[in-house]
Amino acid sequence: MKRYVIVGGSIAGVSCAEGIRSRDGEGEITLVTAEPVSNYGRPLISYYLEGKTDLRRMSWRGEDFYERNRVNIRHATAAEKLDAAEKQLTLSTGEKLSYDEICLCTGSHPFSPRFEGLETVEHRFFFTTLADALALEETVTKESRVLIVGAGFIGLKCAEGLKDRAGSVTVCDLAAHAMNANLDGDASAILEKHLISNGLRLMLGNTVTRFEGQTAHMQSGETVDFDVLVIAIGVRPETAIFAEAGGDVGRGIKVNERQETSLPSVYAAGDCTESLDVSAGEPGVLAVLPNASMQGFCAGVNMAGGGETFDKGIKLNSIGFFGLHIMSAGTYTEPVYEEVTDTGCKKLFAKDGVLTGFILVGDVSRAGIYTALIRNRTPLDTLDFETLKREPSLLPFGRAYRAEKLGGAV
Amino acid sequence: MKRVYVNEDWCLGCHLCEYNCAFANSGARDMVSALKGKAIHPRIRVEGEGDITYAVSCRHCKDPLCIRGCISGALHKENGTVCIDRDKCVGCLTCVLLCPYGAVLPGPDGAAMKCELCLKNSCGEPACAAGCPNRAIVYEEREEAK
Ligand SMILES: Cc1cc2nc3c(=O)[nH]c(=O)nc-3n(C[C@H](O)[C@H](O)[C@H](O)COP(=O)(O)OP(=O)(O)OC[C@H]3O[C@@H](n4cnc5c(N)ncnc54)[C@H](O)[C@@H]3O)c2cc1C
Repeated sequence: MKRYVIVGGSIAGVSCAEGIRSRDGEGEITLVTAEPVSNYGRPLISYYLEGKTDLRRMSWRGEDFYERNRVNIRHATAAEKLDAAEKQLTLSTGEKLSYDEICLCTGSHPFSPRFEGLETVEHRFFFTTLADALALEETVTKESRVLIVGAGFIGLKCAEGLKDRAGSVTVCDLAAHAMNANLDGDASAILEKHLISNGLRLMLGNTVTRFEGQTAHMQSGETVDFDVLVIAIGVRPETAIFAEAGGDVGRGIKVNERQETSLPSVYAAGDCTESLDVSAGEPGVLAVLPNASMQGFCAGVNMAGGGETFDKGIKLNSIGFFGLHIMSAGTYTEPVYEEVTDTGCKKLFAKDGVLTGFILVGDVSRAGIYTALIRNRTPLDTLDFETLKREPSLLPFGRAYRAEKLGGAV
Repeated sequence: MKRVYVNEDWCLGCHLCEYNCAFANSGARDMVSALKGKAIHPRIRVEGEGDITYAVSCRHCKDPLCIRGCISGALHKENGTVCIDRDKCVGCLTCVLLCPYGAVLPGPDGAAMKCELCLKNSCGEPACAAGCPNRAIVYEEREEAK
């Protein structure tokens, strides 16, 4: 009987256990996670603050997941040292776990540059865990002036979540545009207008140079007075135990398409990894939930002796703010289609005869048809791309494709 | 498992499947009160133009990307059928971003919606197939791809 150990009990970790159980009903699975609570959809923490979900509905695979899948779950326990030669993992409790196969699903941790005077700010938070959301819920009142540093999707989701709970919400970012990492100028402009009309204050191309208690001194010379500070500048892959064990780390734990790392019998999946982005043709940190889940499942299957590959990884994101839907995927190479109005936009990018990326704001229906083209690197000359550019549907794929997909089991 | 299969050669483009779907999922007792004068929100859609028309609904894939990517865990499988707990769904539409067939749709209330083979409504078996006048949509058992 094989002994499996999984480190990290979030999306990748839970999916890894699913992958193992899809092939091995017998092996012993131990899941060690620093989180004190059972698995939850991490992106739900802003929806929790907004009142669109609650603790009961936030469970990703259910509280009974571990029981159903016979997983020994160790909450509030950290893995501290990996010894890949001895196949042993040392826990914060001092205990040593021996394993045959291990998967690191340690995700990411929030990152903060050193701001002068940050220690003088009484109420400061990150926004990546349920604990962060619960602490904000406790602290923020109808009178609170909230300042969020970082206008990426985490900072803006936090802003949306807090909007109706707080007196005011200001979001600043050094970047000139909201969601700078995912969008282009046109898409950001639509988003920014929408955020402002929904009551957020944006200070873009401007950031904090130093804090003095409840005052932020901005680069522009302005000052912002606040009661609650949220730092949402970004997250970094959590690679410490793997790096200390001598594993190969780039921007994240380097994995191949089987989710294997440079260390024997050590797999990794999710936000902690760096893997091939097929739309860019180079490795990247593909830190979004769907990838964490697909990679975790793939790792699990392979740990149990299977032959699964995760070789279609791309960055992708679907998100909404105050009712405006935004999707982005892949790499923005050469623009091949563009539609921009006051309230929505659509941009497609292609290179070497395949679709590599898109941005959609507003109308997002059937976007998955575009996503599949990118993931599968479908040659565009095998379909009617002119029709497909205008509207995603199965029409441009031809009769044989439809007969296979709609007339068969997939 | 039994699935909905579509044969476009026989599709008349009559859109009856859309009406039957919307009615079956409306919870109403008669079709007129369910649909008359209202915007309908079927989980099956007729696509195409000119001579080519065909209906698209969830394929209930073997390893569904929508379930993998669902941020809330609302999408799940029940005996092979891909189902959505619309009470858990927060409407992020990651499922719409991932479905290669365009078969998961944004619902009128913000939550995503999709075909659940009418297993959960009063119809009991897919209303689209039952009502298709030309058997362009059928609900049956076929050999599964390995
Ligand atoms: C506010 C917010 C909104 C988001 N919105 C979206 C969205 O809309 N769509 C989307 O696709 N993605 C979104 N994401 C990203 C998404 O949450 C992540 O991609 C996903 O959670 C990654 O899963 P993971 O399992 O790899 O890592 P994580 O979810 O980060 O989990 C890692 C786990 O490992 C544990 N851990 C770490 N180190 C150790 C150790 N040494 N020992 C034991 N346990 C350890 C941690 O406690 C944690 O439980 C959002 C993220 C945030 C924070």
